[in-house]
Amino acid sequence: MQKDSVLELRGIYKSFPGVKALQNVDLTLRSGEIHALMGENGAGKSTLIKVLTGVYSKDAGDIYIKKGGKEEKVVFHSPQEAQRAGISTVYQEISLCPNLSVAENIYLGRSEGKFISWKKMNAQAGKLLKSLDIPVEPTQQLASCSIAVQQMVAIARSVDMDCSVLILDEPTSSLDESEVEKLFGLMRQLRDRGVGIIFVTHFLDQVYAVCDKITILRDSKLVGEYNASELPHVELVSKMLGKELDDMADIKNDAKKYQGDSATPVYQANQLCSTEGIAPFDFYIKKGEVNGFTGLLGSGRSESVRAIYGADKVTSGVVRVNGKPVDIKKPLDAMKNGIAYLSEDRKRDGIIGDLSVKDNIILALQVKTGFFKPFSKAKATKFAKKYIELLDIKTASVDTPIKSLSGGNQQKVILGRWLLTEPDYLILDEPTRGIDVGTKVDIQKLVLKLASEGMSVTFISSETDEMLRTCSRLLVMRDRKLVGELTGDDLNQATVMATIAGGGKE
Amino acid sequence: MTAKATGKQNSFLSGLLHNQLLIPIAALLLLTIFNLIADPSFFRISLGYNSDGNPVLSGYLISIIDYGSELAILAIGMTLVTAASGGQDISVGAGIAIAGSVLLRVLCGTESRPETLQAPVFVAFIVCCIVAMIFGAFNGALVAFFKIQPMVATLILFTAGRSIAAWINNNELPIVSEKSFTYFGGYLPGIPIPTPFFIALLCFVITWAVLKFTNLGLYVQAVGINEKTSRLNGLNPELIKFAVYILLGLCVAVCGLIKVSRLSTINYSVIAKDIEMDAILAVALGGNALSGGKFNMGASILGAYVIQFLTTTLYKFDVQSDALSAYKAVVVILLVVLSAPVFREKITGLFRRLRAGKAAA
Repeated sequence: MQKDSVLELRGIYKSFPGVKALQNVDLTLRSGEIHALMGENGAGKSTLIKVLTGVYSKDAGDIYIKKGGKEEKVVFHSPQEAQRAGISTVYQEISLCPNLSVAENIYLGRSEGKFISWKKMNAQAGKLLKSLDIPVEPTQQLASCSIAVQQMVAIARSVDMDCSVLILDEPTSSLDESEVEKLFGLMRQLRDRGVGIIFVTHFLDQVYAVCDKITILRDSKLVGEYNASELPHVELVSKMLGKELDDMADIKNDAKKYQGDSATPVYQANQLCSTEGIAPFDFYIKKGEVNGFTGLLGSGRSESVRAIYGADKVTSGVVRVNGKPVDIKKPLDAMKNGIAYLSEDRKRDGIIGDLSVKDNIILALQVKTGFFKPFSKAKATKFAKKYIELLDIKTASVDTPIKSLSGGNQQKVILGRWLLTEPDYLILDEPTRGIDVGTKVDIQKLVLKLASEGMSVTFISSETDEMLRTCSRLLVMRDRKLVGELTGDDLNQATVMATIAGGGKE
Repeated sequence: MTAKATGKQNSFLSGLLHNQLLIPIAALLLLTIFNLIADPSFFRISLGYNSDGNPVLSGYLISIIDYGSELAILAIGMTLVTAASGGQDISVGAGIAIAGSVLLRVLCGTESRPETLQAPVFVAFIVCCIVAMIFGAFNGALVAFFKIQPMVATLILFTAGRSIAAWINNNELPIVSEKSFTYFGGYLPGIPIPTPFFIALLCFVITWAVLKFTNLGLYVQAVGINEKTSRLNGLNPELIKFAVYILLGLCVAVCGLIKVSRLSTINYSVIAKDIEMDAILAVALGGNALSGGKFNMGASILGAYVIQFLTTTLYKFDVQSDALSAYKAVVVILLVVLSAPVFREKITGLFRRLRAGKAAA
């Protein structure tokens, strides 16, 4: 083991039936270092983390840790064992108890048989939170805190358990910018205390903002370890992809525009409003158009498209599809009118975890065709295979449960599900969240291709440049109101930012 | 080449290990072997004649097929309810009492020992189906629309059902003297195999056809696994949950017919007692998660017959009917542990290590 390292993984192998998930992977983490673990979906990041924390048992390889100056070869059989050895993990999905208080969450399961004094516990938690600059009261119920604060509480819990290695698995994917900054502040503070942090993320900017070292995985193999300051942006991406990155900025200009009649909007709504607290808004989309809702997290982007799709209860508004007035009260109505909606939260609203890739792909069309018209096995398999090929979905077979696929591939399956229904109007709510750069570009290209073939697409993304790259019209939301519409030359970062902030033209 | 062959074998082995049918089949084999060793006469089937001069087969196996069929019919409905709502209906025993009571009420009218039937059996059965489905709908409404936990929701009928059954017939015990009514729970003239088996067979075929020619299976599983996603995909989760409880009501009605036909009368407090537990066990033994989601109907049905096999084996060895549950519990613990995914993973891991060890050697 190297002198200053707290954790070393050497020659890790892990395979699942039909898949080699990790092949001879090394990782070295030094104390007082923020170390980014990068790679595309399915590159093996999550598997490596799970092997490290004892969720999976490894097939071969060694794990060494240093505790109190002594180095030790370890085998973890469970996350608890890893935790006892000082390795704590904070996952993307927060694994705390939302109905307990912040302090209870911090000390849950750690009283070691001692009688709990609530007063003492709250005082201790208060001290801890203060020392880490986390703006929350120990007695507050966790569910009432923002996601960022919940994540910080999870980190505080780990820190208090005296961890020397902290693993953050995509902690920022549901945070907005100011929250990310707060989280980074906390990470830097921990680094200065000598904690080694492994940071898994898909946001390249965040890597450069906070990380010292970068380890890159590709196709379940190690590409290498680099100093963040010495690895240019472009090179990082090309190392992750294993190829030169397409010129992402120009995909819109390359794409053919839809040529055809687009006088009547495919979808038009007047004063649409739902129970989710958005102000009534007007909206339309033409055939072959790509537009998007932008705004900060919580500005009402998702709520707007959910109202369009009938996912939330619609309270008022007149809706026309291809000029004809229609009633969209529930998702099935929208589906029957040729609208498809890829939801924001993949795990909660997108996948049917235990069902196969095949069943997940055919589900929406199967519901649309009706109860008495199931597809034959052969037909379902044909549909599934078509989209697995078209979208380049990496899965062992059509019968693999979707939950065992990586996040990006799950997303492609859901996308395939909606494309199979051959919608006229496709709504994509954060389709690129939590997926790798290569797939992001694929999805953006696909959106433009579909539009050129006459499909209308509404695209929502937290990343403004992604939207600028794909959309020809941006609707800007602020505080649950539609505050602006940008087209043509106004489609640039500065104007978008200004409109979101409230200074731009309205 | 040999490596390839072993590879195939291993994947076959692990495929078998992950097959849902493994546990019920293994349990069946185990019970068979146990009986073969303990007393092979268990498997003897003899042909005799009943009091009407009809040829009838008798033996332990026949009684398993006979009584297991009721359980299998219930297991069909219970599997769907479990898959869609992630909970179980514990009121099926009480439901059978109600269904049976309604059947007798329609057959006997106001008299308790009528010379002739007051209504055709067919009509009585239809009425009994409707009533059982209404009670199913009651359970379903509580679960689907009021979001009450299935066990709690069905606890209401579990408690009240047998009283309702007694009330339907003014607490009398009507007796049907018509011979043809006994066919459903006994034997058809000239056919030596118990009728419940044929009724069950008919139910299996209908279930198979429904699962094959409609989207019931896909919808139920989707709703059971992820309700929110199902809704966004155009399904109506409440309606689907509601519907499966009504379907279970139908299964209850069929069981009610068989049960009452066996005795030509009814005993409100004893009829189909504890059958709900056996039906739930059948679902569990079939490797279906009791928390809902994916299901395998064939495994549940097989599970039902295995449970009956176990019960019959215990009877054969003169276990008192009071003590039966205790013995069953022991076996059930064993079976459920064996079929738990955690346990299976451990076993698969063990196999892999053994193989790795062999490869290293």
